[in-house]
Amino acid sequence: MLTDGSRRLVMDIHVNGEIRNVIVRAADTLLHILREQLGLTGAKPGCENGDCGACTVLVNGWPIKSCIMLAVEAVGHEITTIEGLKDTPIQKAFLKKWAFQCGYCTPGFIMNCYALAKIHPDADDTMIQEWLGSNICRCTGYEEINEAIKSVLASNPHLGAKLL
Amino acid sequence: MSHLDIIGENVPRKEALEKVTGAAKYTNDDIRPGLLHVKMTTSTYAHANIVSIDTSKAWKVPGVRAIVTGKQFPFLTGTPLEDRPPIAIDKVRYYGEPVAVVVADYEFQAKKAAELIKVAYEPLPVVNSVSEAIKRTAPLIHENLGRYKRVEEVYPEDNTNIANRTKIRKGDMQKGWMKSEVIVTANVSFPQSDHAAMETRCARAEILPDGRAIIHSASQSPFVIKKVISRYFQIHPGKVIVHTPLVGGAFGGKVSIQLEFIAFLASYAVGGRMVKIVNTREEDFITSPVHIGLDARVKLGCTKSGELIAAEIIYLFDGGAYSDRAAIISRAAAADCTGPYNIENVWCDSLCIYTNHPYATAFRGFGHSELTFAIERAMDLLANKLNMDPLELRLKNAIAPGNTSPTQVPLNVSNIGDLSKCLEKLRGLMNWNEGQRIKIGNNKVKAKGIGCFWKNSNTPTNAGSGAVLTFNPDGSISLSCGVVEIGQGTKTALAQIVAETMKMDINQIHVRMEVNTETNPEHWKTAASRSLFMAGRAVLAAAEDAINQLREVASIVLRCAPEELAVGRGRVFLKSEPNIGISIQEIAYGYTYPNGNSIGGQVIGRGSYILKHLTKLNPETGAGNPGPEWTVGVQAVEVEFDIKNYTYRIIKAASVIDAGKVINMKAAYGQIMGGMCLGLSFASREAFSFSSTGVIQNTQLRTYKIMRLGENPKYIIDFVETPNIEGPYGLRGLGEMGVIGIPAALANSLSLASEVELNQLPLTPELIWKTKKGDQSDLV
Repeated sequence: MLTDGSRRLVMDIHVNGEIRNVIVRAADTLLHILREQLGLTGAKPGCENGDCGACTVLVNGWPIKSCIMLAVEAVGHEITTIEGLKDTPIQKAFLKKWAFQCGYCTPGFIMNCYALAKIHPDADDTMIQEWLGSNICRCTGYEEINEAIKSVLASNPHLGAKLL
Repeated sequence: MSHLDIIGENVPRKEALEKVTGAAKYTNDDIRPGLLHVKMTTSTYAHANIVSIDTSKAWKVPGVRAIVTGKQFPFLTGTPLEDRPPIAIDKVRYYGEPVAVVVADYEFQAKKAAELIKVAYEPLPVVNSVSEAIKRTAPLIHENLGRYKRVEEVYPEDNTNIANRTKIRKGDMQKGWMKSEVIVTANVSFPQSDHAAMETRCARAEILPDGRAIIHSASQSPFVIKKVISRYFQIHPGKVIVHTPLVGGAFGGKVSIQLEFIAFLASYAVGGRMVKIVNTREEDFITSPVHIGLDARVKLGCTKSGELIAAEIIYLFDGGAYSDRAAIISRAAAADCTGPYNIENVWCDSLCIYTNHPYATAFRGFGHSELTFAIERAMDLLANKLNMDPLELRLKNAIAPGNTSPTQVPLNVSNIGDLSKCLEKLRGLMNWNEGQRIKIGNNKVKAKGIGCFWKNSNTPTNAGSGAVLTFNPDGSISLSCGVVEIGQGTKTALAQIVAETMKMDINQIHVRMEVNTETNPEHWKTAASRSLFMAGRAVLAAAEDAINQLREVASIVLRCAPEELAVGRGRVFLKSEPNIGISIQEIAYGYTYPNGNSIGGQVIGRGSYILKHLTKLNPETGAGNPGPEWTVGVQAVEVEFDIKNYTYRIIKAASVIDAGKVINMKAAYGQIMGGMCLGLSFASREAFSFSSTGVIQNTQLRTYKIMRLGENPKYIIDFVETPNIEGPYGLRGLGEMGVIGIPAALANSLSLASEVELNQLPLTPELIWKTKKGDQSDLV
């Protein structure tokens, strides 16, 4: 028990293939712990209300807004942040299609796109819009991001012909 | 030797890899142990006297180190007019205004304490619109308006709610109306909205034992922060050091200085320790400055053949509780008040009005998308009355060399560009002549609308920029300048200008993204589409300076005159015999002879630029020269409208803009596309919803809607390139231009589709339905 009456939990979380030890208040969000304790600042606070998607990370491969998940809930799950992606097709596609400007929403968009391409490699326009509609980009016209995800989906050897 | 032709190429952003890997660092990404956290208590009334502030419960929260109220530091800030205390003193003037500030070890402690501060208010009558504000009986929001200090050109009117009035008086209105055979009047309005950059505003401050103030800020104006912190806290400007790393979007909203003052005061209150303040999204929406609102009345007169003769224009900008940049926005709107049309007789009063709304600051376009909405609605009304094609009416009156601007600046092909050419290109791209309203069955129609725009900048008359090119041992160059990377890609384009001028490989030009006011030359502000223009000129001068130094040293080694030498592809060589030369690498740090003797020294190119021949506007007539050049263009929107339920889809949006010269085509496309998306989002759905007491109802991204992926249209973008002699390689400002004509074009397309004049924003199906029904009683 601390002087302010609050409690801290010491726990291990799995992040980007590593086991990391963190000290957590019950009310701390996963976003907060990733940034403040692990220095993984790729996930961004944009609204801390689940509205903008800038904080999106993967939990067991699924995109989750880390601002509305408690850090204590992360125990026993595999967390992947933008720092855990290296030279992936979606990152290359974002570069090639100029799918960002200020870059602030980019990690969240990339994580969401990455998961979409893994989970639904045959996603059509409607599904792309359903998934990526949970993120906001204020700089681009969205067309560049749309082109980036479509180029990754289309490059899937089994599905390329169908999508093109 | 042929040059490398890097101008216009799609050179990837210099910071691109950082941005797709999570390595890119923004102000709030610098995590430091020991840093103290700042949280604000904000007002729960839009207009009220502060009776008392009880901090006793807040002090009991563990970890609280300081609580600061406005009375402790009673001073006023603001440019052009000093009217705003950083923390409210005697009264609050908008809902969400900072009233007290808590500093604590942890953010949650600061937040808890801020919530426990009890403020007793005495509510005052709320001024909830510009039309209420200009009534003689309106409550005064600033009782001491006449006594406020004016820092820049501004004309407040004592004992009113008018923070600024800019007058345009050109030609002879009596004659103008006599010659006018067809006259229309348009009344338009829209409420305040927001920039909603994805990165909320954030600042850190610390005061070192020797008195140096270190500020980190997500800002478009680090050099202005340096000046105002110096001015208000009496610190030598050289001892105020401002850092701005990558900024996560700004759109004008990060031009103003607000959190930096609060952070400084908070740091001062804890003995100079480093503190950080980060806006929540809710604070970023309303506590920090917003996008301006407007009520406007435009009366246009023309001949039967559609030649514009006279314009009488009133712009009433909703500047909110404090004038900030809104006062200058009202001036900028006056300077370009007619839109890009040749009108001999012009009368305009453009006012910045105080209301009990959040205060407004620059928004991409700086008053121009706002005035363009008013003018272009009037132009469509006129075309309708004349029974003339709206594009033809615009073509007939398109501004051109030989005309004069509303502020009586003579126009030439260099400063005005070629609007007619833009219109002709757009006609083809939008398939305009197929008809503007086409029934497609199923209760649906397709309709097209256009909007022409122009924009000059309204900077201080002495705005400028500097650049330094430092050579590295391998002959590569590090470029230093004060431009902030807010997503627009200016620093990459500047590297292209260096590469082109030095005839070097673009990969040999290194650019640092962070701005540090201690080491970078000053750049006025990253605003007004003036960065590539001004910093580009500074960079050109720096490159020339470096070339001269290289030729000087090489001429000694090569035993010839400097003027006989040229620089390119990493070498300095004889123009007459290019195989005789020396590599830059051998002389970049001076040249060393075989016996050890050395000459020269590190090559450091320097350049600076200042805008020239600009003047203040005459307070009675508006005559004067507010900026160096105009960018002109035309935009169009095509909608598919359901005549039964008033919903619509935006199918296409097009822009043809006279860019002067495009430096990086992909970056330019991105800027214009993004601007169009911002404009469509603003015009179709964005607005603050005010209660009758001035309380804002939608302060979250789930209640304040923003366009999302899939709602965007197909974009069509093209450029005309009429060189501006003053701009580097002929370029004109581009960053803001994608937004400006879009709200007007959308309104024009939907007015045509729904067959009712839509003069308000945002253009929701509900608004269209209400307007169609003629039930406007409960609209703004």
